[in-house]
Amino acid sequence: MINKTVANVTEALKGTEDGMTFMLGGFGLCGIPENAIAELVRLGIKDITCISNNAGVDDFGLGLLLQKHQIKKMISSYVGENDEFERQMLSGELEVELTPQGTLAEKCRAAQAGFPAFYTPAGYGTEVAEGKETREFDGKMYVLEPAFKADFAFVKAWKGDEAGNLIFKGTARNFNPCMCGAATITVAEVEELLPAGSLDPNEIHIPGIFVQRIFQGDTFEKRIEQRTVREKA
Amino acid sequence: MLDKNGIAKRIAKEVKDGYYVNLGIGIPTLVANFVRDDISVEFQSENGVLGMGPFPFEGEEDADIINAGKQTITTLPGASFFDSALSFSMIRGQHVDLTILGAMEVAENGDIANWKIPGKMVKGMGGAMDLVASAENIIVAMMHTNRAGQSKLLKRCTLPLTGVGCVTKIVTNLAVLEVTEEGFKLLERAPGVSVEGIQEATEGRLVVEGDVPEMNI
Repeated sequence: MINKTVANVTEALKGTEDGMTFMLGGFGLCGIPENAIAELVRLGIKDITCISNNAGVDDFGLGLLLQKHQIKKMISSYVGENDEFERQMLSGELEVELTPQGTLAEKCRAAQAGFPAFYTPAGYGTEVAEGKETREFDGKMYVLEPAFKADFAFVKAWKGDEAGNLIFKGTARNFNPCMCGAATITVAEVEELLPAGSLDPNEIHIPGIFVQRIFQGDTFEKRIEQRTVREKA
Repeated sequence: MLDKNGIAKRIAKEVKDGYYVNLGIGIPTLVANFVRDDISVEFQSENGVLGMGPFPFEGEEDADIINAGKQTITTLPGASFFDSALSFSMIRGQHVDLTILGAMEVAENGDIANWKIPGKMVKGMGGAMDLVASAENIIVAMMHTNRAGQSKLLKRCTLPLTGVGCVTKIVTNLAVLEVTEEGFKLLERAPGVSVEGIQEATEGRLVVEGDVPEMNI
C-alpha cells in the first residue's frame, strides 16, 4: 500500500504558490473542498486561476477568496448568486471564462485521461466557439476544446483511506471525481479517513492512483444554498 | 392566458411513459408537479442525480443531495448519483429523451438565447449549451413577451446565443408553437386567447393553418 496520508491541511497545500492554476470540486456549495479554501485564504495565495463550476456565495466557498481579491481568473459555467463576483467581473478586476458545464467537466476528465482535446457540439455557433477550431462529423458541427492544465486539484470526498481511495456521497460527487488526477497534484479532503482495507474495493469511486495527498478535514460546515422543503401532509 | 403553473401543466402532457427528462430552472421545475402518476418517468438533474424526488420534509434536508438549482431534494427508489462528466455523457450522448428549459429569446429558426445580457447580466450558461446542442427534443417554457411587453419569439435573436437551430417546441402563456422551416407554427391557443392576440405578441413569422384549437389542460 502506498500511503497518501498527510497530517493536516497545511501539509496538504505545501507547494501552492501565487499565480498557480487550481481546480476545485463542488456544485454550488455542495461538495466543495472547504478546508483547502480556508487554508488558501490563510496563506494569502494570490493571482489564482480557479477552475470551478461555480464561484461560491459572497461569504462562503470561493466567495471567501474573492473577498480577499486572491483570484485573478475564474473558469466556470455559472456564477450567479454572488454579488461581489459580479461586481469584480463587470468592473474588469476579475477575468472570467465562462464554459458550458459539460465541456468544463470533460476538460477535467480529458486531463485526467490523457486526451489533449476533444470535440463537443456544445457552444457551436455561439460566442463560446469564437476562435476555436470546428469540424463536421456525420453532418453535425463540433467545437474542439483543449484539456485543462492545472497545478493542484482540490477535491472533497465523503470517505477515503490511507491509499487515497475515495467514496463520494450524493450529489456532493459532481466535479470532484473528474478533477482527481487532472492536475499535477491532487489533494483530497475527506470527512472520514480510514485505514487501508476498511473500504470495500468494489465500492471505491476513485482509486488512490489519482490522488497524491489525502487528509481528514477539521470541519465541514456543508452550508445549504437553497433550503427547500415540503409540508407534511 | 396561462400562469406559470398552467404552462408547466401543458408541458407535462408532452412527458411520455419511459422518458428520462431534464428540467431547467424556473417554470420547467414546476413540470414535475403535473406529470401523470400512471406513467414511469425519471428526472435527471445535471449536477449528478437521476430519479429525483420531491423536496424533503422539514428537518430531513441533506446538504449533500441537491438539484441543479441548488435546492435540497430527495431521491426515489431506483435513483442513482454520478459525477458531472458522466452526467453530461447522458446529455451529450442523447440518452435523455426530453429537455425542458427557459429562454429569454427564441428565433423562428430554432435559435435560443438564455444565458447573457451584455453589460447587465452574466450568470453563465451552466449546462444549457450542452443540453441544447445535443438534445433532439427540446421544449422551451417561457412567457410570450418580456416585462417590457416585447415579443420573445423573434425573427432573429438579439442576445448572445445559447444554441443554434435546436428548439423544437415552445409553450408560452399564450400558445403552443412548433418550430418549422416556415416559422413558428401555431398548434394551440391558451384558454381565452385569440389567434390575433398571439399574432400581435409574436415578432417572428407565425404560421397559422386552419382552425387552431384551444389547449386542453
